[in-house]
Amino acid sequence: MRKAVLTGKHFWYGNIAIAEGAIVAGCRFFAGYPITPASEIAEHISRRFPEIGGTFVQFEDELASIAAMLGASWAGAKSMTSTSGPGFSLMQENIGLGVMMEVPIVIVNVQRGAPSTGLPTLTAQGDVMQTKWGSHGSYEIIALSPDSPQEAFNLTIRCFNLAEKYRVPVILLTSETVGHSAGKVVVPPKDKIELVQRKKPKVPPEDYLPYKPDEDLIPPMACAGEGYAFTTTGLTHDEKGYPDTTAEAHEKLVRRLNDKIRRHLKDIVDVEEENMEDADIAVVSYGQVSRPARKAVGMAREDGIKAGSIKLITIWPFAEHVIHRWAKQVEYFVVPELNYGQIYLEVKREAAGEAKSLLIPRMGGKLITPTEIYREIKKVSEK
Amino acid sequence: MFAGFGGQGVVTAGYITGQAAAIYDDKESTLTRVYGPEARGSACYSGVVVDEKEIDYPYLLSPEIMVVMSQEAYEKFLPQLLDGGMLVIDSSIVKPDEQAEKYKLFTVPATQIAEEMGARVVANVVILGFVGKIWDGVSIKGLQESIKVTVPKRHLDLNLRAFERGTELAEKALKKES
Repeated sequence: MRKAVLTGKHFWYGNIAIAEGAIVAGCRFFAGYPITPASEIAEHISRRFPEIGGTFVQFEDELASIAAMLGASWAGAKSMTSTSGPGFSLMQENIGLGVMMEVPIVIVNVQRGAPSTGLPTLTAQGDVMQTKWGSHGSYEIIALSPDSPQEAFNLTIRCFNLAEKYRVPVILLTSETVGHSAGKVVVPPKDKIELVQRKKPKVPPEDYLPYKPDEDLIPPMACAGEGYAFTTTGLTHDEKGYPDTTAEAHEKLVRRLNDKIRRHLKDIVDVEEENMEDADIAVVSYGQVSRPARKAVGMAREDGIKAGSIKLITIWPFAEHVIHRWAKQVEYFVVPELNYGQIYLEVKREAAGEAKSLLIPRMGGKLITPTEIYREIKKVSEK
Repeated sequence: MFAGFGGQGVVTAGYITGQAAAIYDDKESTLTRVYGPEARGSACYSGVVVDEKEIDYPYLLSPEIMVVMSQEAYEKFLPQLLDGGMLVIDSSIVKPDEQAEKYKLFTVPATQIAEEMGARVVANVVILGFVGKIWDGVSIKGLQESIKVTVPKRHLDLNLRAFERGTELAEKALKKES
């Protein structure tokens, strides 16, 4: 029987690293339905949970899976599912329910070529905008994107921490490339891993209002069986959790659901900047594209081009303050992504009036190479 | 690159190699795989990138060594091999043609040897022993350690013997060359 935290060096596929990251984070409920290229996560968890005492359920579909996760989270379990585009589409309705009821859950989307069933075995980054607003209504969500098995492991833990802290569904937006490539993953000792648990009520049960926020706009969360009565609903509700569909209640609730994320942008948003101090051209990338992008920046530097790299680790909420700041310095943002322009639109919006933006779109299921990105940097530098 | 058809263990061979480099030789490595929708029988390969520093691109662009274990994989993937690179073929299955002249060709009757040892499935490990000896990207010791933690215990002895056979063949081949 293996332990929950497999401290040491491993050679893991990204999908295995995600499963192990979830276990380290304290995930003990997994509900899912198999789909390429995400299946290995469920498969691995189904083997590991019996060793450590978790509950794994393969449901009839993705709708049932995410509904079960919401329930499990209300029962106090850290819950996760893994899927890919088609399954992610099916989950959208209940992602909205999770946002409205403020339930911490983690959804892993291993992106593949799309629309529709698209390219099941090949890579893409086409679900970026769907992740932001795939469910109906005006809301904020958190999404992180890893570029390697090691980062997939680290960010899965961070996804759970953010979900618990902000009481919101968090999406690990990864891809076939990361899921199906193996690399070195170092798992630190258990006591060196920081874990966040959801806030519990400090008031006696008779005074507890399940949707009364603290100053940070996040309400403490009592779970089933802890002695607190609570009501929850997808309808617009008051602090008691009772349906209240007045204009005032709706305005107040929707503002808070958004502001509890927006107000903590600096805590949530994580970026890695390299060679930016004197950069004229910034390559903005995320996920799997970050690795060739970093290399392309290195190639450009060797050529005497003042290029730098901004890697977005947090995709949503968008790192608008970061782009805004660099827009005053750089002349160009170059955005390579495996879609026909999604994060590019965000960058362009933030850079408007200050710097120009160039999209390097790529479809077809293959990861863009460093040389392909470098060529575009060079062209821009000659303008 | 380890190329062949699904079921021959080309992904396992790549996994053992990548793990050997990353964990036991303490370098950086990545493993990726390319295959068709069928689970068995179609041309597929696994690609291993090994470097001293962090790897920027996880996929193989132009491999310096290629193992080919099926004729279809030979036709399909050979053009990707770096000019002058090392080409290792399982000569019990693959017949090289004039295309192979551009490369440094090694022939290993791996499947035949594996059958003689009583298990066709260890052909990939015979080849691994050979590769460990002729390619400096990964150490023999690292590969052996990696095999020990990857194959089931009851088959370990057979696998280690298959590996040993591969290294012996490589020694002979290298001697002949010099």
